[in-house]
Amino acid sequence: MHEAAATPAWVLLAYLVAGVCFILALRGLSNPESSRRGNRAGMIGMAIAVVTTLITHVPGGLAQCTPPYGCQSAWITDWETIAEIMGAILIGGGIGLVTARKIQMTAMPQLVAAFHSLVGMAAVLVGAAAFLNPEAFGITQLIPSGFLHLQGREAYGGVASIINPVSRVEMGLGVAIGAITFSGSVIAFLKLNGNMSGKPILLPLRHVINLATLAAILGLIAYFTMDQSPWVFFTVMGLSFAIGFLLIIPIGGADMPVVISMLNSYSGWAAAAMGFTLHNSAMIITGALVGSSGAILSYIMCRAMNRSFISVIAGGFGGATSSGDAAAIDRPYKRGSAEDAAFLMKQADQVIIVPGYGMAVSQAQHALKEMGDKLKAEGVRVKYAIHPVAGRMPGHMNVLLAEANVPYDEVFELEDINSEFAQTDVAFVIGANDVTNPAAKTDKSSPIYGMPVLDVEKARTVLFVKRSMGGVGYAGVDNELFYRDNTMMLLADAKKMVEEIVKSLG
Amino acid sequence: MDFISILSIFVLACFVGYYVVWSVTPALHTPLMSVTNAISSVIVVGALIAAAAAGSASSKWLGLLAVALASVNIFGGFAVTARMLAMYKKKERPAPQGDSHA
Repeated sequence: MHEAAATPAWVLLAYLVAGVCFILALRGLSNPESSRRGNRAGMIGMAIAVVTTLITHVPGGLAQCTPPYGCQSAWITDWETIAEIMGAILIGGGIGLVTARKIQMTAMPQLVAAFHSLVGMAAVLVGAAAFLNPEAFGITQLIPSGFLHLQGREAYGGVASIINPVSRVEMGLGVAIGAITFSGSVIAFLKLNGNMSGKPILLPLRHVINLATLAAILGLIAYFTMDQSPWVFFTVMGLSFAIGFLLIIPIGGADMPVVISMLNSYSGWAAAAMGFTLHNSAMIITGALVGSSGAILSYIMCRAMNRSFISVIAGGFGGATSSGDAAAIDRPYKRGSAEDAAFLMKQADQVIIVPGYGMAVSQAQHALKEMGDKLKAEGVRVKYAIHPVAGRMPGHMNVLLAEANVPYDEVFELEDINSEFAQTDVAFVIGANDVTNPAAKTDKSSPIYGMPVLDVEKARTVLFVKRSMGGVGYAGVDNELFYRDNTMMLLADAKKMVEEIVKSLG
Repeated sequence: MDFISILSIFVLACFVGYYVVWSVTPALHTPLMSVTNAISSVIVVGALIAAAAAGSASSKWLGLLAVALASVNIFGGFAVTARMLAMYKKKERPAPQGDSHA
């Protein structure tokens, strides 16, 4: 029964090699040059894991034969099942490849959320399959049948087969985390894709409901060790689907970088829990890697917003939209045209471009790159400054700039470039708002106080591309920067404005 | 493998993950997410075991469905990561002569 104990050494070794390949895949990402090699290591690791599993689990069984004829027990391969498995891989793989090729780079956050949901669902399905057919996974043990209430398991002879209590906990946790990952990612996908408003949806008593649901899930998993009835298992699954949904609906659009990282982390822990069930080192190593990766990204994102993880997950931030005082809207500001902007930048020694989510929305990255090239031809130094939470997922802006062929050594992180604004002639802010708000440094009453921001106001001139004066950033606070003497507002769609500037640059 | 050796692998892998992920450059955080996404589909191992096993038809079908979902992720995840990574280019140097002198 204990299949795991009989696993040949080469199989254990193969899974270990696969795990090491996955470590190398992440290790490669320390540098864009080594990253492509890393990605190939990941593919090799996956191939090793899949092939090993296919070899050790060939579908089929020993032929039935009756003793009088003295036949050898012959292995009959179940080709039909093999064909079905290959079909599943081909269909899934085909969908994956086509999606990966066709997806627009600006839609990357949605795609990642969708992929997370698939991992979550796969974990749930594997957990359910293991529950329904535990013998196949080698997680059963035999107990004297008179000993325990049999909980729906069949008894043969004097013994009954039950699922190991430890495996039940692992399975329960794996299914719970997988289900949370699935429903949470579906909501995140709908919000990012615009099928659902990015505004937080606040249910009354939501904290009480969430905590009670969570407690119920944990309690039932504990109870599951004593009673392996299907109702316990499927209730855990149902409640977990519900809480994934409840956890994500109160979280607003711009907090999605944290949510996606968190779901990334969960998908890892789900894989790790299943790895414990299956005693599979490749799954455990991968789960731990992905789990810590997502956790670290969530931490980086929270730090970049100066908010605690708990406050982000509790949700509701950015719910009070445009409740700012009307007086703020009437304050005087300078408005400029594309020609003014082109003139100012042409005269500059250095221009720092600060992109934000608005650049992604209007797909302005290609026009922006063209503008940068024109300026460079005029002898202007052009750099890009990226705030960690700009956009809807970690590294979102970097990918879009890379897509527009902006060399990555012109793109700088907050800490590396912030001191340069004081020696910069023009800061060109496009589609970013809260991450440039000086109130984060000075106004203790501001909801974004303490958040690290880009010091754009220190530049000699700030050009701020914004659709209109009315709207406020995600945090719902007015930006002091708009009304400064050295700020010029360029009110238009980001892409159109940049295209006009390019025209004016000639 | 007994529970303790599995737990050891897990704990050590968490530490490896911690150090490896901190060394990832922030510019590559999006590819990091997509590649972790692809590798977490190693859950396909469990799906394959369920799909290949005899004994329970429902378990087998759940396994096959999980194989298909995980395959979307494996192929899609690695392909989209490769596509993104191919876009990261250095500034062209004034004289881009043969780079074979490594």
